[in-house]
Amino acid sequence: MRTLYKFHGGVHPPEHKEESNRLPIAPAPLPKRLTVPLRQHIGNPAIPVVKVGDQVLKGQMIGAADGFISAAVHAPASGTVSAIEPHAVPHPSGLPDLCITIEADGEERWIERAPLDYRNADPDAVRLRLRDAGVVGLGGAVFPSHVKLNPGAPAGIKTLVLNGAECEPWITSDDRLMRERAAEVVEGIKIMAHLMRPEEVLIGIEDNKPEAAAAMQAACRGTGYEVVVVPTLYPSGGEKQLIKLLTGKEVPAGRRPVNIGVTCSNTGTAYTVHRAVNHGEPVISRIVTVTGNVLEPRNFETLIGTPIAEIVQLAGGARPGTTHYIMGGPMMGFGLDNLNAPLTKAVNCVISASPALFPPAPPPMPCIRCGRCAQACPCELQPQELFWFSHSRNFDKARAYNLFDCIECGACSYVCPSHIPLVSYYRFAKSEIATRDMEKKLAEQARERFELKQQRLEREKQEKAARFAEKAAAAAAAKAAAAASGVEDPEAAAKKAAIQAAVERAKAKKAEAAAKAEGAETPAEKIPQGDSDPLRAKARAESYAASTENNTDS
Amino acid sequence: MSAPHVLTPDRSVSTIMLMVLGALVPAICAYYYFFGPAILISLALASVTAIAAEAAMLRLRKYPLKFFLFDGSALLTAWLLALSIPPMAPWWLIVAGTAFAIIVAKHLYGGLGNNLFNPAMVGFAVLMISFPAFMTQWPAPLMLSQHPVGFTEALQYYFSGTLSGVKLDAVTMATPLDTLKTQLQLQHAVSDVQQMPIFGAFGGKGSEIIAAMYLLGGLFLWQKRIITWHIPVSFLATLILIAAVFYGIDGSRYASPLFHLFTGGAMLGAFFIATDYVTSPTTPRGKLIFGAGVGLLEYLIRVFGGYPDGIAFSVLIMNAAVPLIDAYTQPRVFGHNTKAE
Amino acid sequence: MVFLGIVLGAVLGYASIRFKVEGNPLVEKVEATLPQTQCGQCGYAGCRPYAEAVAAGKAEPNQCVPGGDNVAKSLADLLGVEFKPVGGGEGSGPKPRQVAFIDESTCVGCTACIKACPVDCIIGASKLMHTVIANQCTGCELCVPACPVDCIAMLPVKENIANWKWHYPVIEIKKAA
Repeated sequence: MRTLYKFHGGVHPPEHKEESNRLPIAPAPLPKRLTVPLRQHIGNPAIPVVKVGDQVLKGQMIGAADGFISAAVHAPASGTVSAIEPHAVPHPSGLPDLCITIEADGEERWIERAPLDYRNADPDAVRLRLRDAGVVGLGGAVFPSHVKLNPGAPAGIKTLVLNGAECEPWITSDDRLMRERAAEVVEGIKIMAHLMRPEEVLIGIEDNKPEAAAAMQAACRGTGYEVVVVPTLYPSGGEKQLIKLLTGKEVPAGRRPVNIGVTCSNTGTAYTVHRAVNHGEPVISRIVTVTGNVLEPRNFETLIGTPIAEIVQLAGGARPGTTHYIMGGPMMGFGLDNLNAPLTKAVNCVISASPALFPPAPPPMPCIRCGRCAQACPCELQPQELFWFSHSRNFDKARAYNLFDCIECGACSYVCPSHIPLVSYYRFAKSEIATRDMEKKLAEQARERFELKQQRLEREKQEKAARFAEKAAAAAAAKAAAAASGVEDPEAAAKKAAIQAAVERAKAKKAEAAAKAEGAETPAEKIPQGDSDPLRAKARAESYAASTENNTDS
Repeated sequence: MSAPHVLTPDRSVSTIMLMVLGALVPAICAYYYFFGPAILISLALASVTAIAAEAAMLRLRKYPLKFFLFDGSALLTAWLLALSIPPMAPWWLIVAGTAFAIIVAKHLYGGLGNNLFNPAMVGFAVLMISFPAFMTQWPAPLMLSQHPVGFTEALQYYFSGTLSGVKLDAVTMATPLDTLKTQLQLQHAVSDVQQMPIFGAFGGKGSEIIAAMYLLGGLFLWQKRIITWHIPVSFLATLILIAAVFYGIDGSRYASPLFHLFTGGAMLGAFFIATDYVTSPTTPRGKLIFGAGVGLLEYLIRVFGGYPDGIAFSVLIMNAAVPLIDAYTQPRVFGHNTKAE
Repeated sequence: MVFLGIVLGAVLGYASIRFKVEGNPLVEKVEATLPQTQCGQCGYAGCRPYAEAVAAGKAEPNQCVPGGDNVAKSLADLLGVEFKPVGGGEGSGPKPRQVAFIDESTCVGCTACIKACPVDCIIGASKLMHTVIANQCTGCELCVPACPVDCIAMLPVKENIANWKWHYPVIEIKKAA
């Protein structure tokens, strides 16, 4: 038996795993329409590589990875691309995002699926395969796996940790996956181990999933991989917490596990790695737990892009009394406003919430500094201080008290006797600080560019003066020599005339366009008048304004 | 609809306050048993005043009465103050003290969660400075009293200021700490002084049992994880340590650590007053420093200061240092100062 | 005593050389507070000249229009003067971020806007269509009047998933009774 370490704090919320972990994973039927968001991972959103009207095959890449930290997205079914436009997505903001909509033809024609012999392939080729198969961390963070499965550190990787803790209440998707497809998960681990060459492979599973642990143990026989059963304590499935539990090592603040020779991946991710490499199947489906106030809570293997509303129907639909839906677990998940939003790679659970199961929080009271949050914090922070600073918008102090080490696990809010939505305050402060940092960076860049321009102008002025002096000298010489006349600079006159002519042309064009598109009111509608189709021009202008921010973010 | 969507069901501000109030009940029972029913009148007066003052302040500050009035915090302040001052006093003494505690020390500093100083101890300090004569007029333990005061008599005294038939002197007595101080000034040895009837087996007669009940209530709070061990342990350990040092130097002039532990407000202070969340540090190391500070000041004021007991002043002095203590005792955060860095 | 005086004098002399402050730190501080839009709406040719004027006490700290009252307040704090709202009275928050957009079908390629842009973020050449490097645009609006064919518009940057921020929790502890 291996010695387990401990992380500070943690809480024991009611587990509610029983509801959904009794029945085996059921395949979900093919929906009529699938909406695939291009941003389903950390990093740059994928770039669409199909057009509206294109026929696509099941598994065909429809969005290509953009840059290193990005991943591809694929058609979950064969059919026709019917739209590439902003659509509701499961995101706490409730804002729409660019999606590719596919009308399924029901024929389920696959692309050609070729396995990759990873043992004899270049590791980079394997990683490329993962990127182009859209393999990302399925534990919720959706970090591209090809980036993670790269033993960049010169010291190499000592430990590969597989995260099967699934510490969030209600969720059982990893539990059922490990029970039913342990052998395939282990095949995926083998690929990961092949890429990382770790000294040891540890699979952490909480002790409330004995069947999953037993299945994994059986599947690991002869591989040298070790299944480690850890005590049930939220958030033991947090990456840094699980690493601490299993290895005793702490990932330094602001660094990644790879810095201490550890890589941590979700067991569900291992399964998709196996499917991508050994079967040539990209990530077009995932196991999702549908539970809470539904008739028949259960796990379903569901195509990415299936509307959440249809997923709820799979479990027999919501029981009466359902007030809202939670994406993810109750500790870290977010409320979903629009049930038209599709399933993404990040969504591991859909909870139908009723006041009976999730009583609304009583009104918050003032913080009485009882310190229960500090006792529960797995990051050993002082949440009451962070709350104080975030609440009063004292962002510098909040940062100094290590706000950015907070993993937003919600343990502090869970235990707070004053029922203060602590995590909401931390999220607010974090995004406010991030925005200010970004603005500062942009201001700094603007200042540099301004100074460079000033220098350039100065230089040009000097050069011009020098040239002019030269010219004047030459002209004077010529004048003296030939006694030529000529007052006007012919060059300047020509330029003026050219601009004037162009202005006239543009005016004519504009008038024509204005006649075509009448009633343009807002500036957004006004500018692209030149476009033959005013609607399209407006969309272009909008996506342009949106893309600005995307770029600044990268 | 922000995460987390579940909250711990068994703890709220009011349940915490109610548990602390409950933990005081055994001591109140012992108080009643040894010193008569006057304490009940005192508690009732304080409670009514506290609720009234709280309601008035909440109304003035436009807070919803519904949530705040019944959070129990005002009641706790009232009880702690009532248990700290003599239960034989004119009615306006406890009323004035409680009102000052709630209105000035609590609400003028920003209300629940924002007050720098422990309201009950501010109330105590104000009374101690303004009305010292009343504040040293403690009832004698019933078994020592020539005239045990009943409920109606106590009530009568509270509101008329006189007792029919007996002089006040007949029912009051100096406290053990007071007696010790006076007698030591008269060059008596501690061991001789402790033969006087006011002293019990190891503390004051009766009051030592009350102190033991405070200890019991404190252990209950610790077991229920309402308080952590840090402040009481460091408080009492410091008190024992420093008392032991002086006791070791001269046993005839300094009382034993056990005596210090079980007399005056030491136990009440250690488990119920110094552990007040709002006015004590939140970091474990900060709590240890705070407790030690209170323990040290408590002993110094008791033995060398002008007041018979020092719990209120030592707590208030340390309250002022809490922000500083917190700032300097921030614990290491996960992933900081690791060896791998 | 004399010896002590000499020693302390030497220490002070050394310190004045060793810890000499280069330049005027106040100017740097003021400049770091400014949004660097280089828009000239303060009446100076850019953020740096305005910062110098403010530090020298020649300009009021409430003239930065894009920065709004937030910047005016920070500057007033920095200088230790009383805060006055931007624009004398009515006050304003910081302007929502906006970027210039060139309608490329109308643009005649005259390069007038390129010259006007203080941060060189419009690219293009004579008689060729111009375009804005959107994420470097400070939204200063200087290019708008420069354009002879009115083909530049300022578009507000819309909220989307990438730039979305978590809001301040709406549940307030204090509720008016």
